Amino acid sequence: MSALPLRSQFPILNQQVNNKPLVYFDNAATAQKPKCVIDALSNYYETFNSNVHRGVHTLAGIATAHFEQTRLAVQQFINAKYNEEIIFTHGTTEGINLAASCFTSLLSPDDEIIISLLEHHSNIVPWQMAAQKSGAKLKVIPLTEALELDMEAYKKMLSPKTKMVAVNHASNSIGTVNPIQEIIKLAHQAGALVLIDGGQGIAHLPTDVQELDCDFYAFSGHKMYGPTGVGILYGKKAILEKIPPYMGGGEMIKEVTFEKTTYNDLPYKFEAGTPNIADVIALKTAIDFIVEIGRKEIAQHENELLLHATKSLQNLPKVKIIGAAKEKVSIVSFVADGIHPFDIGQWLDAQGIAVRTGHHCTQPLITYLNVEGTVRASFALYNTKEEIDFFIENLQHCIKKLG
Amino acid sequence: MKTDPQQEEIIQEFELLGGDAEMMITYLIELGQKMPSMNSEDKTDDILVKGCQSKVWLKVSREGDNLRFQADSNSAVTKGLVSILVRIFNRLPPEEAAEKEVYFMERSGLSRYIGTQRSNGFGAMIKQIRYYGLAYQIK
Repeated sequence: MSALPLRSQFPILNQQVNNKPLVYFDNAATAQKPKCVIDALSNYYETFNSNVHRGVHTLAGIATAHFEQTRLAVQQFINAKYNEEIIFTHGTTEGINLAASCFTSLLSPDDEIIISLLEHHSNIVPWQMAAQKSGAKLKVIPLTEALELDMEAYKKMLSPKTKMVAVNHASNSIGTVNPIQEIIKLAHQAGALVLIDGGQGIAHLPTDVQELDCDFYAFSGHKMYGPTGVGILYGKKAILEKIPPYMGGGEMIKEVTFEKTTYNDLPYKFEAGTPNIADVIALKTAIDFIVEIGRKEIAQHENELLLHATKSLQNLPKVKIIGAAKEKVSIVSFVADGIHPFDIGQWLDAQGIAVRTGHHCTQPLITYLNVEGTVRASFALYNTKEEIDFFIENLQHCIKKLG
Repeated sequence: MKTDPQQEEIIQEFELLGGDAEMMITYLIELGQKMPSMNSEDKTDDILVKGCQSKVWLKVSREGDNLRFQADSNSAVTKGLVSILVRIFNRLPPEEAAEKEVYFMERSGLSRYIGTQRSNGFGAMIKQIRYYGLAYQIK
């Protein structure tokens, strides 16, 4: 697959930053949007903006139909059994908070929740809050030397006390892909449920929630070429029916009196208030875009970029790549001897190259690694090997100047 | 707003670089290199400025009626930034340090690409300096 014909579909990439052509390597933070997604947003506002599920008029009907088509597209995309298992959220963070918050009422002080050292703050803090409220204990899966999850330690942590295992599909900081299929199987054997933080997984890894058999899978639209402010929480129907609603308001009710309210059916029970209609609708365009190119083809291209970047970085004497996992999504995280990651980020930015520096919202991991932070370059389908070469060349200049 | 000779001087220095990002960052790093480093035993956690991606130590002492600032950072770029602040705020009476407006970022062109976003902690450094200014008025 050549990235170049696709690249022209991303208007933002065709610009100069600090008088240099933009090289966008911050895709793990958010991916850029193809023209078709941007057009879908303006088309909605220009032609059929209406509130969904409520109106009897024509535009409301069109908006509702499009809105629900996205639900079906997501269902297909992750192969969920029922479309009512697809809950629209604002993003991965809200999805995890929804699951953790609603799950809290099922926890008791003897229970345990397992997370891992690789987690983003958004898959740590909601569980800390659940633990504080319920009295349950939080346990953390340690890492091996390659910075993969220590599966032997995980097996030993599981017990009948374990009620929830929450881990990511892939690490946002260092790219490690976790063996979630095995994690889920082992958790289920112990009688626990599993939530997968799919923030970094969904755009890069094939995701079949039925095959995985996960109980929850949370992800964001904006990391898969879709708009910001829309995400998905997949939950197994039986579990979503069992847990209480998250927010109260319109849409999520069946009948309201001042004495008692009965809740709406799935998925509306979890979708209180007017949803983010425009972004939900444009998310379908992003999914269609990905499906049309082919997830395998995208993954293959990104993997080639990752290998090229990894090899090039390994050739730089002062650079150390963080994490030697066998399988990574297209994220490479590194440090350079004697140079603060922030300085590398600023230096590269002066050359029009956008990377992320710092702790990447994974402070426990960065503390464990005993580094000041890392520089993270993350690739998407529109990036090229030439861009990586330009990045390496400028990184070398930076090291020469500052190292 | 009053013009400040120190900041006007800084703006002129950066204007000479013609808005070239690489030259600006190089100059910023040079400014940081020129500022004497603090002794490692002085770089204690209690004088760390909170809210920066890198570590910034900011030490204040009295010199007659005025405040004297010393600063350091483990980031070369941030050290350059804080060295400019030291230049602006050094040897001011506490009342002035607490009140002084910082405007050079916009006019020097630095804000366009260094930005004042939270990652470089620029706002946090100024806040800390002003806080010292307030605290020393009471002492």
